[in-house]
Amino acid sequence: MTTSDRANDRVFILQLKAHLGVALAPVLPTLCALSGALLLFVLFLLVQGKPATEACLLIFQGAFGSMFAWQNTLQRAAPLLLTALCVALPARVGLIVIGGEGALAMGGLFAAVLPSFLPVLSPWIMLPAMAIAAMIAGGLWIALCGALRQWRGVNETISSLLLSYIAVALFKHLVEGPLRDPASLNKPSTVPLPDAYLINPLPGLDVHWGLVWGALACVAAWIFLRHSVTGFAMAIAGGNGRTARLVGLPVNRLVVIACAMGGAAAGLAGMFEVTAVHGSANSALLAGYGFSGILVAFAARQNPLAIIVCAVVIGGVEASGSLLQRRLDLPDATTLVLQGLLFCNLLAWEAITGRLGALKMRWQQQAHPLPATVAETSHG
Amino acid sequence: MVDFDFTTLLLALFAGAIRVGTPFLFVSLGECLTEKGGRVNLGLEGILVCGAMTGYAVSFFSGSAWLGVLAAGLSGMLLGALHGLVCSLPRVNDIAFGIALMLLGTGLAFFLGKPFIQPQATMLPSIDLGSWSSNPHLHHALEINALFLIGVLLAAALQWGLSSTSWGLALRLVGDHAETARALGYRINLTRVVATACGGFLAAVGGAYLSLYYPGSWNEGLSSGQGLMAVALVIFARWQPLRCLLAALLFGAAGALGPALQAVGVTSGYYLFNAAPYALTLLIMIITCRPDRTLSSAPGELSLTR
Repeated sequence: MTTSDRANDRVFILQLKAHLGVALAPVLPTLCALSGALLLFVLFLLVQGKPATEACLLIFQGAFGSMFAWQNTLQRAAPLLLTALCVALPARVGLIVIGGEGALAMGGLFAAVLPSFLPVLSPWIMLPAMAIAAMIAGGLWIALCGALRQWRGVNETISSLLLSYIAVALFKHLVEGPLRDPASLNKPSTVPLPDAYLINPLPGLDVHWGLVWGALACVAAWIFLRHSVTGFAMAIAGGNGRTARLVGLPVNRLVVIACAMGGAAAGLAGMFEVTAVHGSANSALLAGYGFSGILVAFAARQNPLAIIVCAVVIGGVEASGSLLQRRLDLPDATTLVLQGLLFCNLLAWEAITGRLGALKMRWQQQAHPLPATVAETSHG
Repeated sequence: MVDFDFTTLLLALFAGAIRVGTPFLFVSLGECLTEKGGRVNLGLEGILVCGAMTGYAVSFFSGSAWLGVLAAGLSGMLLGALHGLVCSLPRVNDIAFGIALMLLGTGLAFFLGKPFIQPQATMLPSIDLGSWSSNPHLHHALEINALFLIGVLLAAALQWGLSSTSWGLALRLVGDHAETARALGYRINLTRVVATACGGFLAAVGGAYLSLYYPGSWNEGLSSGQGLMAVALVIFARWQPLRCLLAALLFGAAGALGPALQAVGVTSGYYLFNAAPYALTLLIMIITCRPDRTLSSAPGELSLTR
């Protein structure tokens, strides 16, 4: 082997490493966060003398280990797809909205009571009408946060959460008071929907159509944000509001539209939960999907396509809770701890993206070196 | 008859202002301290729940409620320091990490607090200031917990400390204009970590009050968002500790509205009256915030009001 051969080998390995680096760079922080969260979770359990490895295996088994587990996971992932959009869409215009739970409650409530105010219609008309009612209710709820932020300067993170508390109170008041079905004795609910207005599960599965619609909504949101003029304008408004105003973009309107779209998605999640799972609006609807959606959106780095993957993962973690409780006698909050650790890690590892940017540039240069540099290396 | 009901209602609101307002007072003082350094900690909600659990557990094991309060404070300090340290890393958003900490704190508290839902821990004692009164409602209203008095003293001390000590000035400078502070040789991140950790301590003490005095038990539905409302409360108080005291009393009264109305026989709309503090918070934020300029007296480095 000549010296020049060896040098060529070195260049090749360097290029390979560089290509790998460039390919991995966008997911590296997420991978670090995942392993960091798992490591801390194992430590947390070990310190208390709990069986850590078994717990991790059980989480995987409870999430993806069997057909039953998969169905449970997907059942939970369906609303998460939509509530995560309630975070990701406003995030595009630079807002952190965490009130998806309120929009979900409002959407579910409106969808559940709409049929009792309309004559009997074909489900092909009624179901879309319910979906639209839910989307309007949820959309208005979150649009209010955007409007308050733009016209009154009220911080949207706090206002959205306060509005979500208010929505939950309103929901409970109406479900247990004026809108209560007198026949629902120990579990206050609205009047149950007629069977014709219930959404069937997907053929051969326990999972309902909300999963498909949720995934479609994510794809549509991705196309809208990446390939439409309004989506591009939103990115500019989110990047720098002053620049956006300078080039004449209607920033206020863009912000409110993004919030309304996010709220509509969460409202739709409420409609699917009512029509496909619960059959009426009751407090079982308030299962915290709005809050888990925040974690899903942040794990996906507010990318609607990545939300599809992350919703399945987080849905799986939540689905495994009951298995952990039954087999290892761990509290039901175990999955909450794991989610909290994951969330903290995701944000903390964000810190390396800055360094990563510089490294990526170097790798890119190594992967596609200028001819002069190659010549220099091989002769040297 | 109506007249009597009204007096009872007013007394119940007065008692509630103090009883329900005390956790608000501690959390808002903690948030005030944190925000003076230029950071927002939404995770105080999680810290509050964690503090409630720690305080209850330690009080149960040691038999001393005050030891529980101290332990709660220390646990809050740890979580606060975590927020401070992670937010010192580049590109980490303090509001987003606060949301994450909210989830983590609540998760830890629910996990570790599972065995303490049933047993009864030693409660904090109250000071009976109303024994002179023959009216049982007034007597009840004047049974005040020592933590409230400590909170009042603390608010005054913080007000003085922030305006008149070199520590307070340094903290405010870091929060107002980090560049200047750096030029003068102050360590920005260290100052903020300390402020956030101390803020966490106070918020967790507020949580311990919840579990060790009023409502006085540990369960998973103990907190109703006090940690978050504190952020709005501090804006309302214009970052002044003494005004935090007034705001906390006002919010306490709003929070006591539901139970107070129930006590005089108004039972319809229970959930709506319970939502009064949230509606009040939102209303106050709508009134006090301005879109065109940053709030006067807001720390300049705060991402919340930009």
